[in-house]
Formats: sequence, C-alpha cells, structure tokens
Amino acid sequence: MKILRGPAIVLAASAALCGMAWGQSSNQPIVRNIERPDMPGRVIFARQCAPCHGTAPGDDGSPMLPGTAALTAKYEGRLPGLLELRSDLSAPVLNLFVRRGSGAMPMFRKAELSDADLAAIADYLAATARENASLAGH
Amino acid sequence: MSVLPPDLDEAGFATFLEQLRGAVGADWVWSGEADMFPYRDSFSPVWNTGEERHASAAVAPADVEQVSEIVRIARRHRVPLFPISTGKNFGYGGPSPNVNGSVVLDLKRMNRVIEINEARAYALVEPGVSYFDLYREIQERGLKLMVDCPDPGWGSPIGNSLERGVGYTMPHFRDHFGAHCGMEVVLPDGEVMRTGMGALPGSDTWQEYPYGFGPDPAGLFAQGPFGVVTKMGFRLLPLPEYYRSGMISVPRRADFAKLVDHVNYLSDSGLIGEVEFGSPLSALMGDPQFLALATKTGGPSNAEMDAAAEAAGLHSWHVELQIFGPEATTLANWNYASDRILSDIPGAIAIAGDHFPLPATDDQLDNQTQPYRSSIKRRRSLGVPSLGAWKIVRDDGHVGFFPVLPRTAEAVFEMQRVLGDAMKEFPTLPPFFNALTMPLFWHTHTFQMVFAPSIKHDDPAHNAITHAAMKKCVAVAAQHGWGDYRAAPIYQDDVSDTYGFNNHILRRFHEQLKDAIDPDGIIAPGRGGVWPRRFRS
Repeated sequence: MKILRGPAIVLAASAALCGMAWGQSSNQPIVRNIERPDMPGRVIFARQCAPCHGTAPGDDGSPMLPGTAALTAKYEGRLPGLLELRSDLSAPVLNLFVRRGSGAMPMFRKAELSDADLAAIADYLAATARENASLAGH
Repeated sequence: MSVLPPDLDEAGFATFLEQLRGAVGADWVWSGEADMFPYRDSFSPVWNTGEERHASAAVAPADVEQVSEIVRIARRHRVPLFPISTGKNFGYGGPSPNVNGSVVLDLKRMNRVIEINEARAYALVEPGVSYFDLYREIQERGLKLMVDCPDPGWGSPIGNSLERGVGYTMPHFRDHFGAHCGMEVVLPDGEVMRTGMGALPGSDTWQEYPYGFGPDPAGLFAQGPFGVVTKMGFRLLPLPEYYRSGMISVPRRADFAKLVDHVNYLSDSGLIGEVEFGSPLSALMGDPQFLALATKTGGPSNAEMDAAAEAAGLHSWHVELQIFGPEATTLANWNYASDRILSDIPGAIAIAGDHFPLPATDDQLDNQTQPYRSSIKRRRSLGVPSLGAWKIVRDDGHVGFFPVLPRTAEAVFEMQRVLGDAMKEFPTLPPFFNALTMPLFWHTHTFQMVFAPSIKHDDPAHNAITHAAMKKCVAVAAQHGWGDYRAAPIYQDDVSDTYGFNNHILRRFHEQLKDAIDPDGIIAPGRGGVWPRRFRS
C-alpha cells in the first residue's frame, strides 16, 4: 500500500464539461471599497449584484467573479469591468440591462428588484465611481 | 409578446386583473410586454419561436392569506396560475409556465426566515427566501449550522427542493426534497393545508417528523400541479468541526468498477460526503487522436484506453473524497478509505488533500490551498452560497438533461457508449458523452450524468439543434431504462411519456387526482406532465 501525503504527485483533474466561459484579464483596476451606510443602494447592490459583479475573486481560483470577468472581457479595457467604477450607469441604463438581461445574465423582475431599488443602486454606483476616481487622483 | 389566459377575452382579463389588484395592491400586479419580459425563460432553446411559453401577467402576494385570495379569484375566472419562488430555475424553464397565458404567482415577496432552531437543527422558511438569505441569517446569528446549497445561491430552498434539486455535502442533505420536513400548502380551492405533524394543532415536531399519520401527500407538491407551497421546513446539518479532502487514483480503466463499489460503501456508511469522480486522461482531450479514441463509435476498448494512459504516464480515474466531522474521525475515515481502496486495487495511489477546521477562512473558501489540481467547488462543498458557478454558463444559457443511472461502472460505461453514439447526430455540440464522462454523485443512492447544450438568443438554428438533441437524449435514454430527474416545461411531457409502466398508470393516477381537486387546472396545469381534463385534449 502506498499513501502519499502532501503535494508529491499532481494529478490532472478532469475538465468540467461545461468549461470556462470567459477570458479573464489580470489588468483589473483595484477598486477601493467605499462604505456608504447612508446609501440604501449599497446593501441592495451587495445582495443583488455583488455576488456576480463584485470585487471579490471568483470561486476556486478564478481571478474575478463571473459578471466582472464577462464585462472585463467584453470591454477590453475601454470601460472598467467592475460596476462600482462605472460612472455611466444611470437608472435608465441599469433598467435596460436588468429588465432585458444581457448574455448569460438573465432578466430581473420587479418583484425581486423594484424600480426604486434600481434608482438606489444607480446612486450608489455613481458615488463609488466618483469617490474611486477621486482616490485614484491622489 | 402579450397573451391572454386560456378561454378569457380582453374584458374578462381586465376584470380579473382588477380583482388581483384589489387583493394585493396595484403595485404588485404586472402585465404588458415590458413587465412580463423578465418572466420569459432566458435559457430557452425555443426563444422567439412558437413553442416558447408566455405568461399573461404576474402577481406577487405578501402572505399566505393573499395567496389563498389569489387562488380563489383565479378559480372564479378559470385562470391557470404558475407559482414560482425566487424564479431562478434556469436550465429548467426559469419563471416561465407550462401553459401560455398563465399568470405567474410570484412568491418572492414572501421572504421570511420564520424559524431557525440550532439545537434541533432545522429551519422553517417562506418561498421567497434564497440560499443567500438563509445562509446570511445563520451567519448573522452565529448559529453552528450548515446549509446544503445548489451551485447558484440565489435559488430558493423551497423552489429547489420542489424541483428535487441537489446540493454537495452529506448524502441525506444533498437530496433537497428528501431533506425537507413539513410543508404548508394552499390547495386549488384556496384552503390552507399543513402536512405531517403540522396537521396536529399544538404539535412542536412539524420540522422533525415528516409523516404525521395516514397518507403523506408531500410528494405530490414536488414537480406537481397540486398546490402552492407557502412554508417548508428543512433539516440542517450541524456545522461539522472539521473538513478533510483527499484524492485516490487508479491506473486501469477496468479499475473503475472496484473504485465505484468502494465509494458507494463509504457513502452508504456515512463516512464521506459528496465525491468528485474524474479522469487524469481528460488532459489529453485536446489531442485529436485521443479525442477520436474517446469519442469512438461503440466506445473504445479497455485495452485501447489503457494503452493511451500508459503512453501518457497517467492513471485512468480518480475520485476526490470529502469528509466532515471531528478532526480525529475525519483523519480516521480518510485513512480507512485509503487503506480499503489501495489494498484492493493494485497500483492505486492516495494523496492527502486540504484539511481545516470549520468554519473555513476566506483563503480556504477560495480554494487556493489544495495540494493537487482539484475539481471540488469549495464553497458549494461547504454549504456557502455563491454565484461563482455562473462562469460555466456559455452563450446565453443552457438546458439540462441529467439521466439517472445505477451506481456501477458497468452502467457508467454503457451510458457513455449509448448516448455518445446517439449524439453523433449533432456534431456541432460538445461531446458531452464520451469514454471519460464522469458520473455525478448528487442524489443519495444514484448516479447522474450531464447533458447541457447551450442556447443563443440570436441563433435559432443553433437552438433548434439543442432542442432536437434534448428530445433525442430523453428518448434514447429511456430505451435503456434511464430517466430524466427534472425538466423544463417544454420537455416535461416528453419525460413524463417515458415513465410509462402499465400503460402510464402513474400519470393516469395523477390525472385522476388532478381532476378531483383541480378540474379547471388553476394550479400549474401540465407541470410534471400532469394535465387536468380541461387541457388534456
């Protein structure tokens, strides 16, 4: 019987059949987390958007969460992949993507994310974009 | 696309909507193309075709009393309702109904975690509660309980279990319907019923003894059109003290038979959690010569596969084990599992993996410390909800066919061959079934395999291939005794047709029940392939 402990042998794990979907860049700018307890959109964003579009790394070695990775690949540096760095996401723009979906992102219903919630998220994103830009300037 | 409920004209529909607004408030009733667009199935292979199913309106009640009132209004107007929980049943129809013109009963607003009992290890929740919500509540209260969650954390414990969805921890918790205990249901006449001990006034064991007395109808509400589930209890796993992983590989293709038998024994004995089977040979799938061998019509021989493995210096199979419990027992279980398998399979190798106390640190959750390349998805394995798994979604989504097969290597190899050959008719799809296709050990006592071709909103030709392949997979699998466990509304009749023992007596029995309690088909007509008399023609 032979039992090896530790990383003595590396066996290739089977590739998931569904496969990785998105290319991922290492050029992602670092977003500074902005605590805005005064903004209701912060919690709504954290619960409804950040699990896919947040700043955290992706699961199991992925450098980015799926939504952040998808937008990073889509924009190729022309726009940030992180929503909290975007200054162009007004409530009407958010409404378009959230209610109509985009690619692998499905549509969100008013029962789960109201128009008022979207407006609050837009306010929060505008604030984070502003404050990150200001911090970057320093 | 605006549609009307069956047998209702514009004026009748307007009256119906007005009564719904009276029941729940004008802010919680929606109709019209813009508001109903998010109720389409964004993963639909029949997107923008005549086969796509469209709802006419949606209504979101705040409590069980409003659910009853909505059901009574719908009964008066003979309007089918299609209940959804968090509406995230992607790959299986999303929030879209079986019948065109149905009104979606959107239960997202009913989002109370009613009770979590740490000492007795259960939770009672409403349908709009997501796995994220339940996990957050447990964390915020500092309770030592583990949730068993599916890949995407935005789903509902109630919705997922009613779909007989699965998770990734210990065997009896992975079967989410099997882990439920007690439910409250609004019946098609608006009456509120509780199952099990919930039927006994004053009982304090609703979430601990599921059966009560007499027949237990709980199973009718999973994948069935018999009621609207408004509360459901779930057994939770006490947070284990320690987590341990390890990998065992075996050299020859035929060794898979013994490996599977050992894993079955370890699982059935409660010594291990979910396992991930894999093949080191999958690293060779980029080599056209090896790909041709692995996808060969009729399947490759064991000798051919063993020769390829030997030439590459790789083992044929491996399994990753996960063990939960006190630190000492996890180590004892790992040593026992290793000894048991390595002493029986010549050339087998065991590698100890990551191990740590629970709850895991962020680094451990990020799965950066495994000493070998691993297929384990760490968050889901530890019951931590995430959307990280969304990275597997290719194109605009996918549909899923997960045939159930016995836990034997013989059955695995047969399914690889049979469905691999059948899917050669669709050469533009990835070779989901090939000589390396692994079984998934999700449900407690069976294997499943995955067929999940993608869809593209702007490519109807691609979607037509996916659609045809799905139907063929269902049919060919059934010819060999393999049935699907769950399906989108557009495939539910196809799948139901395959469960045809004794001239479809199971479906006829369900139809008799449906006719007796809901002849007009108010609750999800067609769900699970069960149609009331009104719609059977």
